[in-house]
Amino acid sequence: MSTADLDPDPDDVLVRVDNLVKYFPVRSAGLIRRTVGQVQAVDDVSLIIPRGKTLGLVGETGSGKSTLARCVAGLIPVTSGRVTFNGRDITNLSRRAMRPVRREIQMIFQDPYSSLNPRRRVGAIIGDPFTIHKTATGAERKRQVQELMERVGLNPEHYNRFPAEFSGGQRQRIGVARALALRPQLIICDEPVSALDVSIQAQVLNLLTDLQRDYSLSYLFIAHDLEVVRHVSDSVAVMYLGRIGESGPEGAVYGSPRHPYTVALLSAAPAADPDAAASRQRIILTGDVPSPIDPPSGCRFHPRCPKAQPLCAEQEPPLEVKAGDVPTHLTACHFPVEAGESLATATAATPAPGRSEVS
Amino acid sequence: MTLLEVTDLTVSFRTADGVVRAVRGVSFGVEAGRTLGIVGESGSGKTVLTQTLLGLTPGADVSGRAMFEGTDLLALDDHQMRAVRGARISVIFQDPLTSLHPLYRVGWQIVEMIRAHDKSVSKKEATERAVDLLRRVGIPRPEQRVNDYPHQFSGGMRQRAMIAMALSLSPQLIIADEPTTALDATVQAQILDLLLRLQQDFGTALIMITHDLGVVADIADDVMVMYAGRAAEKAPKRDIFYSPHHPYTKGLLESIPSSSAAGGRLRPIPGSPPSLINLPSGCKFHPRCGYVLDRCLTEEPGLRPVSQDGYHSSACWLPLQAAGLSEQAEELRAETVREGRGEAAAEVFDAETAGAEGSVAG
Repeated sequence: MSTADLDPDPDDVLVRVDNLVKYFPVRSAGLIRRTVGQVQAVDDVSLIIPRGKTLGLVGETGSGKSTLARCVAGLIPVTSGRVTFNGRDITNLSRRAMRPVRREIQMIFQDPYSSLNPRRRVGAIIGDPFTIHKTATGAERKRQVQELMERVGLNPEHYNRFPAEFSGGQRQRIGVARALALRPQLIICDEPVSALDVSIQAQVLNLLTDLQRDYSLSYLFIAHDLEVVRHVSDSVAVMYLGRIGESGPEGAVYGSPRHPYTVALLSAAPAADPDAAASRQRIILTGDVPSPIDPPSGCRFHPRCPKAQPLCAEQEPPLEVKAGDVPTHLTACHFPVEAGESLATATAATPAPGRSEVS
Repeated sequence: MTLLEVTDLTVSFRTADGVVRAVRGVSFGVEAGRTLGIVGESGSGKTVLTQTLLGLTPGADVSGRAMFEGTDLLALDDHQMRAVRGARISVIFQDPLTSLHPLYRVGWQIVEMIRAHDKSVSKKEATERAVDLLRRVGIPRPEQRVNDYPHQFSGGMRQRAMIAMALSLSPQLIIADEPTTALDATVQAQILDLLLRLQQDFGTALIMITHDLGVVADIADDVMVMYAGRAAEKAPKRDIFYSPHHPYTKGLLESIPSSSAAGGRLRPIPGSPPSLINLPSGCKFHPRCGYVLDRCLTEEPGLRPVSQDGYHSSACWLPLQAAGLSEQAEELRAETVREGRGEAAAEVFDAETAGAEGSVAG
């Protein structure tokens, strides 16, 4: 199913991703490096990032969320599919053609320690975008950089300091200032707060919320922390092994999840509330995420799914609206979870080979 | 019965930049078969604290006492410590990839652990025990997987193998240092579930070090919140979550995004944790505290009981009754602030709110 079926007003769409596929070749060892397989990092993903809103992307390690983000940002070529930005196809543009688009799409990375050059001063790091895109030089550049520093809660007098002189939270603010420099329309945040302590996390999340309001930014927000994603997102997509299992408005996905994986993920997330933790029915999935080199047949989740039936191993479920859901709430599952249904008691009816193991 | 009783433990390191005061007078006890959660941010001293108990902080200046089954762990020499570490107290580290030797088979490493402490066990017996342990921690086909190398295991399986190793000598106490931080949510749930089950089966006491209040809410019985090398608050789990007394504990709870706060603004703790070389005067939390009083600037509060039964204690100058998230408690705190905040504290508070979103100070 393509996103065309649920088209909102095209003016409200900033980014459209249609049937995006990204495979990485796996080469044999030795002199002649034959391609012996493909890591199916992203496989047929379609989504929309609305203007001025936040799309949250959740999933475990290896689900393809960072690869998807890099494809959207044009940092790596896509295998097939299409990325449209502001109505313009930007898939696999040449470097030269991509350059003006890059001003509109910026990234904030996970690790504020490794994403800043330790030997360059903060002013130079934040000022780089101005230099590269030749928008401001000299005193004007310094003025703009200091304005940015102030905007993200850094002391502008620290213009000449090195990253090592800042704490983790402050470094992430430097990353935010750099991303903000060219007034982009889209900022891709790849786990922007997961390296930060809880008390600092909240500071950075509030900053991102304020910036979105003030500059009508759109975010593609990637995180493995479900509560963080819920807090910032307007809509959410849950990825599993390169595919989207469920997507929709934040309230729908969190409030009435239909995909068994979403349900399990939500039940697994530890809540800072002992009574809720004690009364909650936890669905403990068996095994680990399988290898994306050789993903399971049919529904990729079926070997770990408590509701799996023989059909699930044979046929890939389409991402579609299930009965009773809002038209923007899509689920890729043959046997979606019904309201009030308990997965803890569900029993899979498929003889899943290696249900509880990986190789 | 108290299995481990730590009294006034102090650990500092001399470095080129000055003395790092990592742990400053921490006391706590762990009962047999119970779980103590130690919560704190990076640099709060939680890891140094437990590593010192096991003699893993060479070069540190250590004082205090740590009585474990009648012996003081801090007084043991290397040789004596070796008989305790691994056998009676074992550790599970955060990153299972770096804590398993990449060039030895997983089974070999468990066998080595068993035989290092008891030479009378034959290799064959030890291997059988390793297989049995791997089965208990949920590794499929353990007879074959025992011969695998660590890289052939996934992250979750490696952590299971570490747990198997930690259990191999039936210790009385397991120290788990951020055991699930490197794992995905669904795998984290598996590992926590496993730890809980094994603890019930073996009756082992567990110290769970984590920065994640969610993990603590799940598996701890008692909780100690650490800040800048000290216990800020200590209580049974429900008290920590439902009637926190220390403003730091309260701040941590409020800064977590939760369903109830969805969409609204989060309430972060302003500023960032202090440098352990150059600690603030008085209460170490005062530069970030919303309830700072004049005496907080000069006097560091000690832990004192804030509940009737005495199990809940907090190191804060706020009145004992000012615990919890209710309006009355907040009213009492506000009243205390009105009375106890003079010019000096007001100045600190203004600096805080000026940088309320965090980090203008630097």
